[in-house]
Amino acid sequence: MTLATTAGSAAIKADYTAMVQRKRLYSGVLLIVFVALLAAGFNIADRRNAGGFWDGLHKILDFPIELVGEAIEKAPALPGNLMRYFPALLETINIAAVSTLIGACVAVVLSLLSTRGFARWPRLIPVFRRMMDIMRALPEIVIALVLIFILGGGPVPAMIAIAFHTAGALGKLFSEVNENADLKPVEGLASVGASWLQRMWLGVLPQVVPNYLSYALLRFEINVRASAILGFVGAGGIGAELRVAIGWGTGRYDAAAAIFLLLFLTIVAIDQVSSHYRNRLVKAR
Amino acid sequence: MAILDAGLDIAVHKAAADKALARKRLYSIGVPVLVMVYLAYVFFAFDMPGIAARAKLENARILLADTYSYKTHVERDNRRHELKVAIEGEAKGTYAAGKWPDWVRQDGDATVIDLGNGHVVRFDPDAVRYDVPGYGLVTVWQKPDGVSLETPPGPLPDWINASDTRIALATSAGRLTVTRNRAEVFRYSFGWELFWFTLDSPFYGKTPGELLELAAWGEPVRDGQSNLAAMVSDFWNNAMWRHGDVAWAMFETVLMAFLGTMGAALFAFPLAFVASRNFTPGRIFRFGSRRLFDFLRGVDGLIWTIVLSRAFGPGPLTGSLAMLLTDTGTFGKLFSEALENIDEKQVEGLRSTGANALQRSRFGVIPQVAPVILSQVLYYLESNTRSATVIGAIVGGGIGLLLTQAIQTQKDWEEVSYYIVLTLLMVMAMDVLSGWLRRKLIGRSPASTGAP
Repeated sequence: MTLATTAGSAAIKADYTAMVQRKRLYSGVLLIVFVALLAAGFNIADRRNAGGFWDGLHKILDFPIELVGEAIEKAPALPGNLMRYFPALLETINIAAVSTLIGACVAVVLSLLSTRGFARWPRLIPVFRRMMDIMRALPEIVIALVLIFILGGGPVPAMIAIAFHTAGALGKLFSEVNENADLKPVEGLASVGASWLQRMWLGVLPQVVPNYLSYALLRFEINVRASAILGFVGAGGIGAELRVAIGWGTGRYDAAAAIFLLLFLTIVAIDQVSSHYRNRLVKAR
Repeated sequence: MAILDAGLDIAVHKAAADKALARKRLYSIGVPVLVMVYLAYVFFAFDMPGIAARAKLENARILLADTYSYKTHVERDNRRHELKVAIEGEAKGTYAAGKWPDWVRQDGDATVIDLGNGHVVRFDPDAVRYDVPGYGLVTVWQKPDGVSLETPPGPLPDWINASDTRIALATSAGRLTVTRNRAEVFRYSFGWELFWFTLDSPFYGKTPGELLELAAWGEPVRDGQSNLAAMVSDFWNNAMWRHGDVAWAMFETVLMAFLGTMGAALFAFPLAFVASRNFTPGRIFRFGSRRLFDFLRGVDGLIWTIVLSRAFGPGPLTGSLAMLLTDTGTFGKLFSEALENIDEKQVEGLRSTGANALQRSRFGVIPQVAPVILSQVLYYLESNTRSATVIGAIVGGGIGLLLTQAIQTQKDWEEVSYYIVLTLLMVMAMDVLSGWLRRKLIGRSPASTGAP
């Protein structure tokens, strides 16, 4: 009896050890493949880059030092520069804010139309889903560049481009929120003859608005960065000013430093404020 | 007394309820009003009324037409006495002399160009004649000192644009431009010509059936190379559409995203331990690493890209390093939040068996955080593919560069739409791949984190 148990447990132990070893082998192989991919990718990227990684590594601080040095040298000009580029910064923030606002409004409608139980036309749910997928997948720069060709430079192409992408990205997140919403208020409203709009407005939105707002705030933060980058490739705002400042050749680094500073402070401030309010919104539930 | 109390109570409650309702009403009116005021301000700040004046709808028309059609230029140069037929007017798309498409034919000294639907243009030695159905014959005389126009009687229609040096006709079938020394016709046709093979390839103009036949048992068109290999090579090296370069560019974009995301995750993982409350008791380390994350995130990808391209020059490596730095900040924050939210019981259990710090992390912590971390990394892999398109446009790598170049030349709109479709497919493929990996590695799909 004891012997049999011992033999049984020995078999189990052997099985278990073999399983653990197999698992370790798999993980090891996976890890090696991953590291090899990473190394090979790095090598390819390094070869296709204009300057090599190891040649450039010691130069990495040259530009920041030069920039900061010149900014310190011309320190008295800093407040003036900050004032000068503030309107451009405001434009960048406006682009982000308006596109978040418009994108979020479109996203609310799209997400309600593509959630089972809420949809106005249940048969069209897959259509609205694919629509959001496409809107989400299209990088902002694609729309922005095409619109710049048609509408000319300035903030409007960037705004439309970011709003378009935001509608898709937020739409997906919003519809995930909707999935968790309670259907009972909607059914109650339907039983008293409320229209679709009334059901959504009074039955769904009060449940989901805190989560919507939290996602929209996060998106605003992302959109500020996006709008700065789009400015650099041709739309308006602080990105465009930055391009001029660093493209000027030497001697304009004090302006570039002011822009870097403005951009950095804005992003950090928005980051902190949005994370504070997001915590409050999610905790309030 | 009791009744009075109750009455007072009700009055108090009513006042509170009224106040709450009033506040709610204020919000429900105030917030939309504020939003409207803000939108009105932006409407004027962005100069929306002026946009109608600045918008070039002609550009939109060109863009749309170019995405589904192509034009063939037929050009006669009077000084050099030569006729050139070229797709999109490009040297790479020029037909060899005498091998023109069948709607261009030589009639003695004249060249006859059939634009379809009865529109016929003749390049005669003395003049250019365009027979426009429903209007009549338009003759443009080319003289040493300029051009002159002869049209049917009546006022000049608005599709004819005439001056002493240049006459342009735009009809539904095509365009004709004549100057002193040059006459040029654009003929629009449906499709993306030369997409598979260019004119110099022996496979140009063959139907799929013919190609299949050639590949399977045709005589080799090129010595020492099977037909299939020749076809692949002609397609890959297509000078007009540059399929090989485009494939490389897409690979480069994905590579940038992969290196940036994975590199950031590798750097952020150990740093996240330093930044989380339950692993690092020292306040200074925690504070320092958190400020480092804030700094890396706050100096946006745009600034990192500019700073790094000064050191490493333009290219995909610069783009991936910029992404790596920004995302190290983001991942550091996300990972350390995940580490702070773990269940301490498992770690306690391991401690009771005498496990050391490393073993406690390996068996108590990592199994808990791995699904969260993996899913976040995979979300960012997809989102970074999109960012890599934009960053590529700045650092000069990947599909972003091809896209900006094609848009800046302002004529290859069919290529622009081709790149847009490819980018869309690439991002969607990455989305599917990251979702599939997430399900494979984690088993379930945790709710998204709101990653960009």
